[in-house]
Amino acid sequence: MIHGVLSRLLSAMVVVAGVSVLVFLLIHLVPGDPVEVMLGEGARPADRAELERALGLHQPLAMQLTDYFSGLVRGDLGESLHSRQAVAEVIAGRLPATVVLALAALAVALVLAVPLGLIAAVRPDSPWDSGAMTFSMVGVSIPNFVLGPLLILLFSVHLGWLPVSGWEGPASLVLPAVTLGTAMAAILSRMVRSALLDVLGEDYIRTARAKGLDELTIVVRHGLRNAALPVITVVGLQLGTLLGGAVITETVFAWPGIGQLTVEAIQRRDYPVLQGCILVISLAYVVINTLTDLAYGVLDPRVRIGVS
Amino acid sequence: MTDVLLRVEGLRTVLDTADGEVRAVDGVDFDLRRGRTFAILGESGCGKSMTAFSLLRLLPPGGRVAAGRVLLDGVDLLRLSEKAMRRVRGGRIAMIFQEPQTALNPVMRVGDQIGEGLVRHRGLRGRALRAEARELLVQVGIPDPDRRLDAYPHQLSGGMKQRVIVAMALAGRPDILIADEPTTALDVTIQAQVLALLRRLQEELGMTILLITHDLGVVAEMAHEVGVMYAGELVETGERDAFFAHPRHPYARRLFAALPDAAKKAGRLVSIPGMVPPLTRRFTGCRFTERCDRAFAPCAGEIPAWTPVDDRQAVRCHLYTATPPAVAEGIAEPAPPPPAGAIADAKGPLLEVRDLGVHFPVRSGLLRRVSGAIRAVDGIDLRIPEGHTLALVGESGCGKTTAGKALLQLIRPTRGSVRFEGTELTTLERAALRPYRRALQIIFQDPYASMNPRMRVDRIVEEGMRSQGLGNTPGERQDRVDRLLEQVGMDPAVKHRYPHEFSGGQRQRICIARALAVSPRLVVCDEPTSALDVSVQAQILNLLRALQDELGLAYLFITHNMSVVEYLAHEVAVMYLGRIVEFGPTERVMAAPAHPYTRALLSAVPVPDPRARRDVIRLGGDPPSPHSPPAGCHFHPRCPEAMAVCRTVYPEAVERGDGHRVACHLYTGQGDTPSR
Repeated sequence: MIHGVLSRLLSAMVVVAGVSVLVFLLIHLVPGDPVEVMLGEGARPADRAELERALGLHQPLAMQLTDYFSGLVRGDLGESLHSRQAVAEVIAGRLPATVVLALAALAVALVLAVPLGLIAAVRPDSPWDSGAMTFSMVGVSIPNFVLGPLLILLFSVHLGWLPVSGWEGPASLVLPAVTLGTAMAAILSRMVRSALLDVLGEDYIRTARAKGLDELTIVVRHGLRNAALPVITVVGLQLGTLLGGAVITETVFAWPGIGQLTVEAIQRRDYPVLQGCILVISLAYVVINTLTDLAYGVLDPRVRIGVS
Repeated sequence: MTDVLLRVEGLRTVLDTADGEVRAVDGVDFDLRRGRTFAILGESGCGKSMTAFSLLRLLPPGGRVAAGRVLLDGVDLLRLSEKAMRRVRGGRIAMIFQEPQTALNPVMRVGDQIGEGLVRHRGLRGRALRAEARELLVQVGIPDPDRRLDAYPHQLSGGMKQRVIVAMALAGRPDILIADEPTTALDVTIQAQVLALLRRLQEELGMTILLITHDLGVVAEMAHEVGVMYAGELVETGERDAFFAHPRHPYARRLFAALPDAAKKAGRLVSIPGMVPPLTRRFTGCRFTERCDRAFAPCAGEIPAWTPVDDRQAVRCHLYTATPPAVAEGIAEPAPPPPAGAIADAKGPLLEVRDLGVHFPVRSGLLRRVSGAIRAVDGIDLRIPEGHTLALVGESGCGKTTAGKALLQLIRPTRGSVRFEGTELTTLERAALRPYRRALQIIFQDPYASMNPRMRVDRIVEEGMRSQGLGNTPGERQDRVDRLLEQVGMDPAVKHRYPHEFSGGQRQRICIARALAVSPRLVVCDEPTSALDVSVQAQILNLLRALQDELGLAYLFITHNMSVVEYLAHEVAVMYLGRIVEFGPTERVMAAPAHPYTRALLSAVPVPDPRARRDVIRLGGDPPSPHSPPAGCHFHPRCPEAMAVCRTVYPEAVERGDGHRVACHLYTGQGDTPSR
């Protein structure tokens, strides 16, 4: 068990190191000269030289890589070309907003998807089932840039219940979380339904019925935990996406998160910030995936490695 | 007469399917008497499991009971509310299932799964709950019960799981236990353990058992009364001894005749022609008419009524109500072909295997280093002469399938040599091996899983010819497909269909045609009949025999079924934990098994004759893991005759004459006094 966890963490670290190198190389992979891209063709040689020095591009590649990694270890991601702030600070300022939104959206998704999927699976081909799956179909089909403004129009403009955009306190969280959560729930409820339908057809469910247990106990105790594995996989992937910043939704709601920061960095050609954003986004995926794998082990004893 | 605990009257269960309403159970009546075992015997699809599920109202989706009564102490279970029915399930009537691998929840501890029934039906909590769960594990003979309570199902062997399932069933102290093919998925030595357990529990608890099975041997061993089911209805009922002495219904008789054994070796096995009629049909006569060799005037047009033969047997057959035209007694069969194998003696071996080993690496630790090896096959020697059948027998996990695949180079062996007509195969490159793939073919166990469902039959059969470049034109190949299908007893017109349109036996025929398409010399048959019903098994065994006589094929027949070995094989090799412990001519090994394992294996096979009082040599425990085989003779921890030397030294094979070899210290001369 301990071995399994350690080896999983070890491989996660290898992935992080690989991602870091890729992110570093990114700046060298940009077609043409990154300095020229940033400053435009008409830039003065002095400015170019200054930017090259600022980015450390005048040094040999190996040296740059060493500098980059020693910076990483100290938490130094460089300095924003735009605001002259440390990149780590810029990201740290935006990260909480994204994390809060991601968790809130996940909560909305789970609250919607689990009961919907469960009802649909327990009563397949019933009106409940078709209702739940119609919701899911609609949820998948409506893009966030449509649903978001619609929600703003209804709840903020017409009813005036909730703020339109930005961060004005907890109430501001509701609309973006619902927008993201609904889209997630749409996919997730289908996953819950199909995973649970599979499980409810298993022999051990019949065994549980033959024991005289009631349907609710059977579905909750024997069904849900077995159905959790495929669902967790999808939740992990979706959460990873959210932590990477939901660019569109953050833009619609002017949400001060990583997604918006990434877009800003691209628009301003602020390469150090962009590098930092990509690194954080990839890290989020690695962390979530590792947690997902560890969750498998908790949920399913057969996956626990090294158990005799 | 003992008193009736449960009475089933006119039970009709239907399944709504895409093809219409299937009458899976069509008017079944029987009684369960207190403390006794009633066995429902039948082949797949006859409705025996549906009958069991109907009693508990646990039918699959689309299934419903259309008519009838199920009276438990005078109360009709079919009229109970769902809530009251839940008290019956597990509390009055418990059920155990065929497949122990899937009948337990994989993510729940064994103790908790047993505990559920104790909470539900006996209201136990806390410490009393755990103590009682432990007690149940003791009762079903699970060693080290305290530790097992906290185990997950995947940590237990198949036999152990089935014991846990029995313990779960006992939790609610039921009066009736429904056992649906309780040992079909288990090895014979484990089957013997579980059957003995059920008998002991019946004696101790006075439990009533409804046994659902297809195995005449299990019926002979377990049942007090028997009911034979065919196409949704019971066709014969009777007391066990009367039934086995004189099966009355022509179908029951044919079931007996279809069983392979040594006595029938000289001829063809009796098979039942045709197939069970579709149960969507409305029947106007006897359901068995089309397949019956004794059918006469009234059979097709008149439904036979129950007719008592005497006070111990009753049958649904016109032979016992009207006077049938005179027929010679006994079952007439077409002229038997000469016994196989006569052509093959005194020839050099077609295939010779020496010291064959297949090891699978075991990885562990942080860096997944190879830390050991599972010796699935650990140095076996085999010789198969042309036109001969060698049976490789052993329990699951003994390495027999791996050995078969290694011999075909489907898995590359770790060590040893495989010579085909003198050519060493183990050192050949892939390309050089290709021509030999023609000569060496395989038929798999599961005809449902071994064909691509999206390919038509003609493509399936033809594929080998194409890849081997046989047949110059597509037309030539198609002609050959037609001939092959005829050869395996199928209408060539079926070649444009897909595999799912065929029954299990037909699929296995197609698989055989596929193997024959490239004109092989040796066919590895990996449990080719174990997924099939007895009557269909007889057809396939007949076919394999006929093909051997006709084409001079050699077979390596991998099986766990001893009676098939007796019927088909010239020589037999018994495998235990990767090694061959006994080898010899079939008659010799069967008549005078020398190795204690072979003896135990043979004695554990249930015999379809209740008068055959046999002493089962009951092996304790499960086969050990090939990862860490016991020191010395691998079998010594389970061996009733183990001596001191067995714990330290692996016995050399000793020749016992006539090519009969056995690896056991009883014969090496190294034996000392028995250690217990």
